[in-house]
Amino acid sequence: MKQIVRLFASVLIAGFALMYLTSYLNSEQGYSGGNTLTVYNWGDYIDPDLIGKFEKETGVKVIYQTFDSNEAMLTKVAQGGTTFDVAVPSDYAISKMREENLLLPIDKEQIPNLKNIDPHFMDLSFDPGNVYSVPYFWGTVGVVFNPELVNGKTFESWEDLWSPDLRNQILLVDGAREVVGMGLNSLGYSLNDTNEEHLQEALKKLNKLTPNVKALVGDEIKMLLANEEAAVGLVWSGDASEILSENEKLDYVVPKEGSNLWFDNMVVPKTAKNLKAAHQFINFMLDPENAAKNAEYVGYSTPNREALKLLPEDISGDERFYPPAELTEKLEVYDNLGKKMLAHYNELFLEFKMHSK
Amino acid sequence: MKTNSRNLYLIPYAAWIALFVVAPIVLIVYYSFRDIEGNWSLSNYAHFFTPVYMRMTLSSFWYALLITLFSLLVAYPTAYLLTKAKHKQLWLLLIILPSWVNLLLKAYAFIGLFGTYGFANAFLESVGLGRQQILFTDFSFVFVSVYIFIPFMLLPIFNSLEELNPTLIQAARDLGASPWTTFRRVVFPLTIDGVKSGCQAVFIPALSLFMITRLIAGNRVITLGTAIEQHFLVTQDWGMGATIAVFLVIVMAVIMAVTGRRRRGARG
Repeated sequence: MKQIVRLFASVLIAGFALMYLTSYLNSEQGYSGGNTLTVYNWGDYIDPDLIGKFEKETGVKVIYQTFDSNEAMLTKVAQGGTTFDVAVPSDYAISKMREENLLLPIDKEQIPNLKNIDPHFMDLSFDPGNVYSVPYFWGTVGVVFNPELVNGKTFESWEDLWSPDLRNQILLVDGAREVVGMGLNSLGYSLNDTNEEHLQEALKKLNKLTPNVKALVGDEIKMLLANEEAAVGLVWSGDASEILSENEKLDYVVPKEGSNLWFDNMVVPKTAKNLKAAHQFINFMLDPENAAKNAEYVGYSTPNREALKLLPEDISGDERFYPPAELTEKLEVYDNLGKKMLAHYNELFLEFKMHSK
Repeated sequence: MKTNSRNLYLIPYAAWIALFVVAPIVLIVYYSFRDIEGNWSLSNYAHFFTPVYMRMTLSSFWYALLITLFSLLVAYPTAYLLTKAKHKQLWLLLIILPSWVNLLLKAYAFIGLFGTYGFANAFLESVGLGRQQILFTDFSFVFVSVYIFIPFMLLPIFNSLEELNPTLIQAARDLGASPWTTFRRVVFPLTIDGVKSGCQAVFIPALSLFMITRLIAGNRVITLGTAIEQHFLVTQDWGMGATIAVFLVIVMAVIMAVTGRRRRGARG
């Protein structure tokens, strides 16, 4: 008995000692209090040089933490116990966070560089008036394809995906909104359509695609397409730019019927401790020179008009990632359809997955 | 004093069971009665008994059955040979060894092996069969799942074969039974408990496989596990996810009750 008590006691003492030690070490490195800024962003989604530059310019120490899904980020912010000052969620996550009161409004007075952002990318449905968020990067959903294997198809139209000679050649990204949205777009409907007839029609149309679908996969889609495991893939433009940089044979296109326009925006979560530094950081990232440098490093499309002018012609003139205005007008942002409709979309998606070849 | 200290020793177990067995089950039952808006309702159960989920349930059972069957077909003869082998502990270790490697790593390795330009296809091409689609098929899904579950099937069978008294087999042979009859009438009935616990250890987790369905089957195989994952992570419809989980818990309890009813000494 005594031994058990002793064991418990020693474990507890060791635990407290370790806790003290970590807090001591943290304060040694200036992690608690003081002038620090905690940035919560996707992995490898910022040019690391810019963090150093920001620290030098402002004297604020940056703690950079990463997440790999909007859901994970949302949960962490909602749980509290964190001190994220700036986070970079995607559009639908922003509207969710807005509804759940997880965001602080952004003081635009402190962000003069906001004027550099293309007005096209402001005031969108997930954050009307940009009260809570400032665009970081944007992109589309489209088709990556291997021109050698598709008999001269260009995928200018979604309809090309349905050609019978692409049997077992298409990889789809495992996302309900993306795939159901593609079905809706191919019929000329909006990807935010909630009309039950249209949705059923889209499901029927998608079911006809099944013989061509090789698989629906997650992040592996990048590796599989770059390795030419399949000739065609439905992906986000961000992933597409990574795939294209790994395999130069491949090409990317956004079909002309329209597609999704997505955003990753900077926000200030409710958990923020250092509001001043958070605004400084957002303003810093919107500076044309910094934004251009960041866009070159990350490879995604920048919403920053002034930065675009500074980018080399082969990036800014690339219509695959900076589509011309007549196409951008057809692109739609995902509206927050509400939990019920989202569940319905997912159910349709499940039905599509279960449809046998 | 004596019973007192014995009760003290029980505290960690009781706490463990309360926290990690009872509480989660109570929680999933609780959530299964909340609809997506957070109101009390039975709608999740009504929804579960619609064609979509029924088809999913049937396909989960079908694949779990296939996986269990093939694991048994591979594991039983292997276990039998192992008990006859010279260095059985070493052989056993070699068979168990892959289960020390992380599941995700194994799945990724199979993506490489089964890919269009992978080892399996290079082999098929060199023997003149040409490239086939292996990855993202029913075959690859069942194959990889069987590969992963074999140790769980093999160990209980191996143990029950080890416990088998060899004189019984000799007696059967002395009395004129052919090897096949000996196996059918003596060996198999006496190791049926091992087979049962092996089948339980494979069938039950196989019902709710989810990661392999995406990585190896490319979401062309949809199991209840996939649906639970989607409801919890994507749609945030915890109620529906919990309902499926409750259904699985009930099914598993039924399976345990049916396969575990007859204790040792049962006749085949």
